[in-house]
Amino acid sequence: MSFADYLGQRWPVIGVLAVQHAEMVLIAVAVAAAIGVGVGIVVEGHPRASRVALNITGTMLTIPSFALFGLLIPVLGLGAPPAIAALVLYAIFPVLRNTVTGLASVPGAVEDAARGMGLSRWARLRLVRLPLAWPVVLTGVRVATIMTVAIAAIAAGVSGPGLGQLIFGGLARIGGANALNDALAGTLGVAVLALALDLLFVALSRLTTSRGLG
Amino acid sequence: MISGDVMIRLDRVSKHYPGQPAPAVAELSLDVPAGEIVVLLGPSGCGKTTTLRLINRLIEPSAGRILVDGEDVTRVDPDRLRRRIGYVIQQVGLFPHMTVAENIGLVPRALGWDRARIRARVDELLDLVGLSPETYRRRYPKHLSGGEQQRVGVARALAADPPVMLMDEPFGAIDPITRERLQDELLDLQARIRKTIVLVTHDVAEAVKLGDRIALFEPHARLAQYDRPAAILAEPANDFVASFVGSGAALRGLRLERVGALALEPVEVVRPGAAAVDRSARAVLLDDAGRPVRWASAGSRGAAGVAVVRTEDSVYDALDAMVRARDDAALVLDAHGDPVGALSWSTVVRRHPAGDSSPAPSFGDAR
Ligand SMILES: Nc1ncnc2c1ncn2[C@@H]1O[C@H](COP(=O)(O)OP(=O)(O)O)[C@@H](O)[C@H]1O
Ligand SMILES: [Mg+2]
Repeated sequence: MSFADYLGQRWPVIGVLAVQHAEMVLIAVAVAAAIGVGVGIVVEGHPRASRVALNITGTMLTIPSFALFGLLIPVLGLGAPPAIAALVLYAIFPVLRNTVTGLASVPGAVEDAARGMGLSRWARLRLVRLPLAWPVVLTGVRVATIMTVAIAAIAAGVSGPGLGQLIFGGLARIGGANALNDALAGTLGVAVLALALDLLFVALSRLTTSRGLG
Repeated sequence: MISGDVMIRLDRVSKHYPGQPAPAVAELSLDVPAGEIVVLLGPSGCGKTTTLRLINRLIEPSAGRILVDGEDVTRVDPDRLRRRIGYVIQQVGLFPHMTVAENIGLVPRALGWDRARIRARVDELLDLVGLSPETYRRRYPKHLSGGEQQRVGVARALAADPPVMLMDEPFGAIDPITRERLQDELLDLQARIRKTIVLVTHDVAEAVKLGDRIALFEPHARLAQYDRPAAILAEPANDFVASFVGSGAALRGLRLERVGALALEPVEVVRPGAAAVDRSARAVLLDDAGRPVRWASAGSRGAAGVAVVRTEDSVYDALDAMVRARDDAALVLDAHGDPVGALSWSTVVRRHPAGDSSPAPSFGDAR
């Protein structure tokens, strides 16, 4: 069967897997973003704490993904939970790093003026510092998302959902019927999904960044 | 020495930064009268900024007491204290992600004002600092010139109508021409709003122009002299003050004296076609429109027309006009534009005050 015929026939299945894939990624990134921004707010301005937090979350990225998925199976079982948990661990670092960078790059004079006019710590964070850091934070979330889309394909190795199932399934039956088409569809699907999410973030960034910035 | 209400009182205040061998501020005592502009003047690093930031507790004192409106600032919640004290800095620090209106309206918003009241206040303040609300309300800071940004900075500091304003080299980063204009505007503004303003500068000319009083600091914020500008220029308390205000001090002082306060010589007005009568007085020829053309008498010959000043102009302006007209006298007009006399170079140099009927300027007294 040609790849075109294959797509024409199998697109409903591919579509379902792509949606699963996207769901898994977005859930993981949402959780990681909450953790990354939260920890970033707490440690920013404390160089030691920032370094420790960045080192720990950065080290996560050096653990091979297949190993991390596997390590989580005894704790969380098979399927989506270990996959999402692993993705969260990977996605925290870019968000945290950009949150720390973004908050630290708020100009001293702006911070000084905000303090001098009597804005509380919380008000400064909410009204001034986070909005100014926002484009950088959002870039961190975007990087985390793209990265996670690729890593999530490995999740099929622990029976996780998503396009990885096509890739793993295809590679396991290589030489069999549609094996190559499955692997190709899964791989291209991951790339297309990454591109689509990237565009989504570009749009989101345009919509949510003040016109006074940039 | 100071009469009237004291708005800010520093009482033997010291600030010792950790790790610094010497204190930035050493036992400073200073009273700032309500409704006046007090300028903290001194060389770089002498502790002006530190002193200013002690007042709104952006820096905590190591020792001593600071009272604002009779209240010990260390007993007040710092954020509540700061909302009653406007703060303007050289780099302005506008919030780049907010429009001009949002910048100015931020403190009122934090204070829980309703939208309509904030809007009205924003427009009122933009008018006050000379920016048209229609044009500027919705602009972002990046689309403002340096001078416009600083005007917005002043408006923002005034938003909640604080009785006190602290200004740290507010015009220091602005080109000289715009700086002069902003200084004039600040004086106009102050004439209307009568805030208690503490302003930091290292520029003697700015201090003399803006200050009702100048506190001249030596290093470690030691008070070398605290007095009216004219007194600091005319009677420097010590060598440090004399050298800091510099060799131009005598000329600068002339900016503070009004032409109308000096003795004028009589002037005879000669209309077109008429002849001068009194040979002993200076006579000035007017054109058909009543404008001075030249001196009629031989005693004084302006090579470049007649130097003309008004009674409310400064003596400095009169000298400037004389030099430009290459003459040794200036025709003085009153507020209606009618000639009232002539001011001669020698009168300025010898500084004859006017007769008993119009008292000499007295810079030592409150206005
Ligand atoms: N945060 C700080 N930590 C340590 N030393 C400081 C700090 N701020 C100012 N200083 C020192 O205190 C002195 C006074 O500084 P400052 O008040 O900024 O002077 P000015 O505004 O008159 O230039 C200087 O010697 C300066 O180096
Ligand atoms: Mg300073």
